Amino acid sequence: MTQTLAAQINSVLAALILLTAFGLLMQRRIYGLLHLFAWQGVFLSISTAVVGYTAGLHHLYISAILTLALKVFALPYILYVLIHKLNIKKDVEEMVNIPTTMLMGIALVIFSYHLTAPVRELSTLVTKSTLAVALATVMLGLLMMITRKKAVTQIIGFLALENGLFFAATSATYGMPLVVELGVALDILIAAFIFGIFFFQIRTTFDSLELKEMEKLKEED
Amino acid sequence: MIYSISIECLQIAFVLGAAPLFVGWVRMLKCWAHGRASAGLLQPYRDIYKLFYKDVTIARNASWIFRAAPYITFGACVLAGGIIPVISTDLPLSLSADVIALVAVFAIARFFTALAGMDAGTAFGGMGSSREMMVASLAEPAMLMSVFTISLVAGSTTLSQMVHVSLSSPLVLRPSLAFALLAFALVAIAETGRIPVDNPATHLELTMIHEAMVLEYSGRHLALIEWAGEMKLFLFASLGVALFFPWGMAGVYNPLMLPVAFVSLAAKLAAIGAAIVLVETRLAKMRIFHVPEFLGIAFILATLGMLSFFMLE
Repeated sequence: MTQTLAAQINSVLAALILLTAFGLLMQRRIYGLLHLFAWQGVFLSISTAVVGYTAGLHHLYISAILTLALKVFALPYILYVLIHKLNIKKDVEEMVNIPTTMLMGIALVIFSYHLTAPVRELSTLVTKSTLAVALATVMLGLLMMITRKKAVTQIIGFLALENGLFFAATSATYGMPLVVELGVALDILIAAFIFGIFFFQIRTTFDSLELKEMEKLKEED
Repeated sequence: MIYSISIECLQIAFVLGAAPLFVGWVRMLKCWAHGRASAGLLQPYRDIYKLFYKDVTIARNASWIFRAAPYITFGACVLAGGIIPVISTDLPLSLSADVIALVAVFAIARFFTALAGMDAGTAFGGMGSSREMMVASLAEPAMLMSVFTISLVAGSTTLSQMVHVSLSSPLVLRPSLAFALLAFALVAIAETGRIPVDNPATHLELTMIHEAMVLEYSGRHLALIEWAGEMKLFLFASLGVALFFPWGMAGVYNPLMLPVAFVSLAAKLAAIGAAIVLVETRLAKMRIFHVPEFLGIAFILATLGMLSFFMLE
């Protein structure tokens, strides 16, 4: 596999990651969100493996497998069980309507393209052009956390944001050291369990998972 | 020059002749997919033939627009058949009209159909026209964005030049073209009035869009409108082929390539017909108020295609 072909495959995967990030923004069903998130993990994992192959860095294979195991199977499964157990309504509720969110997403993509332009000039890596996509994925994850009402969808937005960060790490610097990556992966897994406990706590206290309820600080006002 | 003019005439005749066959193929596959017996590949020809021999009935208060609209629509589709490179890139008309003009030609056809729908003064016609214009106002920007993405890659808005560039450049994986293809497919479904957006086989008053506009037509007028509709489907399919999969098309001064061009076009159109049937059998028609969201997705995809051309290539 030549360098240019690898760069092409990587940019196609970057485009697919961006597409799934937009898909997360426009999806209305909560199980659909989980599927899209899992697909994003698949593309991320393949992209990491491709970068590892071209750069000759073998620890990237380990992080690719880790991504596949955690973000494609473990996390969606944990969230699926949580949604099932909490008996959450299957529709996503949004603060801003979906077409407006999409337009904001487009604006964010342009913004992150502008922001990464100087970095792209300096970088000599094959994967430098995907940096803008990585930043855009982070921004879109943030946008999803802001515009959704329910805690579960906000968590998915947070995990998508983490996907973006991971992609930025592989595209800008050919990945972090393995120790850091293992630590981050473990953190994410622990976070998912803690989220689960929190969901149950929020629901028993407020009878709902809507975060608007938590704005009240006192019992009566 | 003589050669290219004769190719131009050959192509227009081919589009006129083959469009009903393509629709017949789609209908036949659809019948098979539903487990029904089909009326055969040639049924659209028989329908058009029958309609040409029927009498025309025109509403008493209909104006000249009502009578002229079928000819304008049909003429616009024939002109579009001369612009789009279907079998060869050696087209004099294609050099004089670029892809923006092509979108405008389709817009003229639609504009007059919508006017004619309102002209007879029936409630259905007006409703169909208003729905059609709603779909059109959202589909056209998405269509232009998707086509502009390919223009960026090819560095030209002339269709034959775009085809020529993608034929002569080596095969490269381009995410921008994949996005543009997806957007184009969604827009083509809306523009040609196929299922999720409009059902070409229904006359149920609540759901029809295009059929509601042409409900008042009969006889040779209806034959021309039906034929124009079939050509529009054929032309959108071959525009997709020309923009995204042009391999096998005959180049400039290359008459030996023409048989190959016909065979490859037939194979590609057969595959597109199967894809249309697959989509239409699996999906139900969506509510009319979901159409803006559907076309919004097409617009977003086209914009992403354009952005990823700058970002990733």
